[in-house]
Amino acid sequence: MASPNNLQFQEFEEAAELLSADPGASTLSMSGSNTPSTTASAGEDVKLDLSEDEEGQQESSELLGGQKPSGGFWTFEYYQSFFNVDTMQVLDRVKGSVMPQPGRNFIKYYLRSNPDLYGPFWICVTLVFSVAISGNLSTFLVERGNPAFHYRPQFHRVTIAAVVIFMYAWLVPIGLWGFLTWRQGAERQIGGYSFLETVCVYGYSLFIYIPTSVLWIIPYDWLRWTLILIAMVISGSVLVLTFWPVVRDDTKVTAVATVVTIVVLHTLLAVGCKLYFFQTAASTPTALPTSSTLHNHTTLAVKTN
Amino acid sequence: MAASEEASRPFAGLSDVSISEDIPVEGDISVPVGPSRRDDEFSTLDEPVKDTIMRDLRAVGNKFIHVLYPKRSSALLRDWDLWGPLLLCVTLALLLQGGAADHEDQGGPQFAEVFVIVWFGSIIITLNSKLLGGTISFFQSLCVLGYCIMPLTVAMVVCRIVLLVSSGVIIFAVRLVVVMASFGWSTFASTAFLADSQPPNRKALVVYPVFLFYFVIAWMVLTYSP
Repeated sequence: MASPNNLQFQEFEEAAELLSADPGASTLSMSGSNTPSTTASAGEDVKLDLSEDEEGQQESSELLGGQKPSGGFWTFEYYQSFFNVDTMQVLDRVKGSVMPQPGRNFIKYYLRSNPDLYGPFWICVTLVFSVAISGNLSTFLVERGNPAFHYRPQFHRVTIAAVVIFMYAWLVPIGLWGFLTWRQGAERQIGGYSFLETVCVYGYSLFIYIPTSVLWIIPYDWLRWTLILIAMVISGSVLVLTFWPVVRDDTKVTAVATVVTIVVLHTLLAVGCKLYFFQTAASTPTALPTSSTLHNHTTLAVKTN
Repeated sequence: MAASEEASRPFAGLSDVSISEDIPVEGDISVPVGPSRRDDEFSTLDEPVKDTIMRDLRAVGNKFIHVLYPKRSSALLRDWDLWGPLLLCVTLALLLQGGAADHEDQGGPQFAEVFVIVWFGSIIITLNSKLLGGTISFFQSLCVLGYCIMPLTVAMVVCRIVLLVSSGVIIFAVRLVVVMASFGWSTFASTAFLADSQPPNRKALVVYPVFLFYFVIAWMVLTYSP
């Protein structure tokens, strides 16, 4: 391939030649995305010049770490670039979060510099409702034998679940990304993850909790703790496999501390959800006021009889 | 030849016309503004109030019928209006009151919660479908999602009537069947209108949030306890 200087020089020379040959000829102005000009001889050279420009632009955007969102953050197209996924891609990523394999980094293998916000957002919404609804169902099943129990929809739990899960899915990635970027800045390392990729991997890692929360309806405590353990192992390993390659170049203490913090926060979320939303027969503090008032009514009724 | 002569005749006389300066030229150049304007047929200022109200009511009723028999027609989409969704949302929220919500905060959804879920849910689903590259407009999508709540509102009415009788297991089974049928109807009706505006490889991504939305509303209807 000829060097860029040569090509440009040629382009101007030919255009100048053509103009001098026929001063009255109409000239086409060449822009970046134009088709080759009407003069056949200049077509090839001009095309090469243009495509080189475009290639250069594309390369620099890849180095910036992922797809460059088009437009400013006040345009609609900016946010549309975060939803650039197909059904099969989303299903693929969900599958990857449920079956982590030791060799596969979730971000490098599944995201491939196309992080999306569709998965994290809708997985969080589904998780909020599945936890609240399953918690309500499990309370109902536990208290069915109790004649003093009056079924309550407990809708305020949706609000609490939403606040907790969305805070976890957004604040923890912010903190982790900020910490990792700061460490990289301090240690002069390359190859960190962008903020969007961190949010994405956290969002997809929460998917395993959806079937877990549905299975938590079954009112056996040992089963619930087993399910928590399985879910935490799978979900935690997705996160650890993703973040270990980035932190392992750091000092040993920082690397281990980061990974342990990730796992501990994930555990806290799972255990907290289980303890608050899914209460066993022995511990139902929220139902106590109603059952005590109803108990008084029933004892009064018994006494009058 | 004759035609050109005739054509030039209207202008032939003009060359002879001259206006002398001592004759004042006067006239009226104002254009009469009246019922002869071009948008005469759209002017609704003079019609009786009954006509105005009936026209909107008829449009709303027409859309209700379209939800009942979801054909792939574009009547719902073309002339969107938000009266129907507002009416349905208020009715649903009012019917969900008066249950366990009165006593303590353990109960069902408050009025504001139903409103927030219906309207913010519709807005988020519309934004989602537009971000995924859909061609439907914002208010058209809100209109479709709101109107397709109608089967669930009907199910709520049925549930409340049935609950007046008793609240045993058979009644619960009846309610379950009715709510599930209306949930399926709502989802089917809204996807019949919305799914066409999406590229084919993303249809499921758009349909799932609609499914979740009507599932949550169906859950609220089903768990209503007096």
